Amino acid sequence: MPLSDDGAALRLKDDDDVAVALRPLAPGDAVKFGPVSIKIIQAIPSGHKFAMHPIDAGALIHKYGQMIGRASAAIAAGHHVHVHNVEGVRGRGDLAETPS
Amino acid sequence: MNNGDAARTRTFKGYRRANGAIGVRNHVLVLPSVMCANHVVDTIGRKVPEVVTVNHPTGCAQVGTDFEQTKRTMAGFAANPNVGAVLVVGLGCETNESKALAQEIAARGQRVEVIGIQESGGSSETIARGIALVRTLLDEVASIERVDCPLDALIIGTECGGSDGFSGITANPALGLASDRVVAEGGTVILAELPELVGAEHLLAARASEPVAAKLYELIERVEARARAMHVDIRFGNPTQGNMAGGLTTIEEKSLGAAYKGGSSELREVVEYAERPSERGLIVMDTPGQDIEQMTGMVAGGAQVVVFTTGRGTPTGCPIAPVIKVATNTLMFDRMRENMDVNAGAVLDGTRTLEQVGDEIFGWIVDAANGRETAAETLGFHDFAINRIGPSF
Repeated sequence: MPLSDDGAALRLKDDDDVAVALRPLAPGDAVKFGPVSIKIIQAIPSGHKFAMHPIDAGALIHKYGQMIGRASAAIAAGHHVHVHNVEGVRGRGDLAETPS
Repeated sequence: MNNGDAARTRTFKGYRRANGAIGVRNHVLVLPSVMCANHVVDTIGRKVPEVVTVNHPTGCAQVGTDFEQTKRTMAGFAANPNVGAVLVVGLGCETNESKALAQEIAARGQRVEVIGIQESGGSSETIARGIALVRTLLDEVASIERVDCPLDALIIGTECGGSDGFSGITANPALGLASDRVVAEGGTVILAELPELVGAEHLLAARASEPVAAKLYELIERVEARARAMHVDIRFGNPTQGNMAGGLTTIEEKSLGAAYKGGSSELREVVEYAERPSERGLIVMDTPGQDIEQMTGMVAGGAQVVVFTTGRGTPTGCPIAPVIKVATNTLMFDRMRENMDVNAGAVLDGTRTLEQVGDEIFGWIVDAANGRETAAETLGFHDFAINRIGPSF
């Protein structure tokens, strides 16, 4: 589990699209994972996720090396990744066809 | 079946029941067969505080698989080896006939008495008779002493409630390490809350035989079929608002963190709600994610100890089983100190490793089995709820 250089964030698997803030992060903070540096754009509460790279609208998002949902809007690196820009793929009974 | 080597099986001091089952507590339980008996049961509990009581809104005008599940839950809960004796209190005209329930509890090898409000001539007389009966039952169980019992007799229910973004990083993986140790001792671990395995089921199926994997996929499909039938996104109820405030975004994300609780051993069996496992090792039980219904189902299925991880802070406790609370973060652990037993947030603070917290949880399981009181027991929590799968008629 790669921890950021200063221990402020955790990227659970190397190719995850998101990392988890282990303490509150503020706009302007730089989170470094070795050679990769992410500039935080928005306040990220502790336990919440931010994007490790730009994510296209509609792209699947990975954490733990597994799919956790789909981007419902384009997400820039360093942005908060949460319910406002991610939707679930599973358990979506709302997308089922209406019975006749 | 038994992964443990008899020669090296560790022991704890438990209660060996007449039917061979092993308990970690020695309660007298007063159980209403129907909600109409709740007041009488409560009153007996107030007059004789040494007993444990439960209330519920079920037991009448139920049919089919819903009724079968309610009966199975009540009988399994009452027959849990943490209970030394049971008093069933009925009304007299309910669908869930109290005498039939008592017979089912007795058939499982449990000591049981039964009284009815209509037959006794009213609530006051039933309360008086009930008090006399539970005093006799308390005397009977008081003579039962703890003896050496094999650790492989333990069935551990695992649960996460009030999850947050740290659940899948600290408390659940630490509990998974403890689960692996329980299984290595020859014991049994129940992983449940099926909606919170949606999106993680393939990881469990990869560690199961073909028929067990097929049953798991069938139960997961049942969850998603329910969401389709209701035309809902389950995200509107699970993850909850509090889960989201804690950083969880989707059910898939919550599930991937939740699945860590079961550890890394082979999935041996998938059972229905409140069904007793026939295998040892890691088991999946079909329960909802709703905490109290889940806990009741696992204990009705035979779990003597529950380990419950929480990020937001959930005080839940079971009337007949120790529930060990593991905090995912130090902020909440400090804020709700009286309700917590273990702090997995220490992993994030850098003061302890995941392995150390896993060892602490395993140690707590053994201690609780030996009689150590959990925070929820000390504070008197006695939450109970039966999962309904059909309407009342």
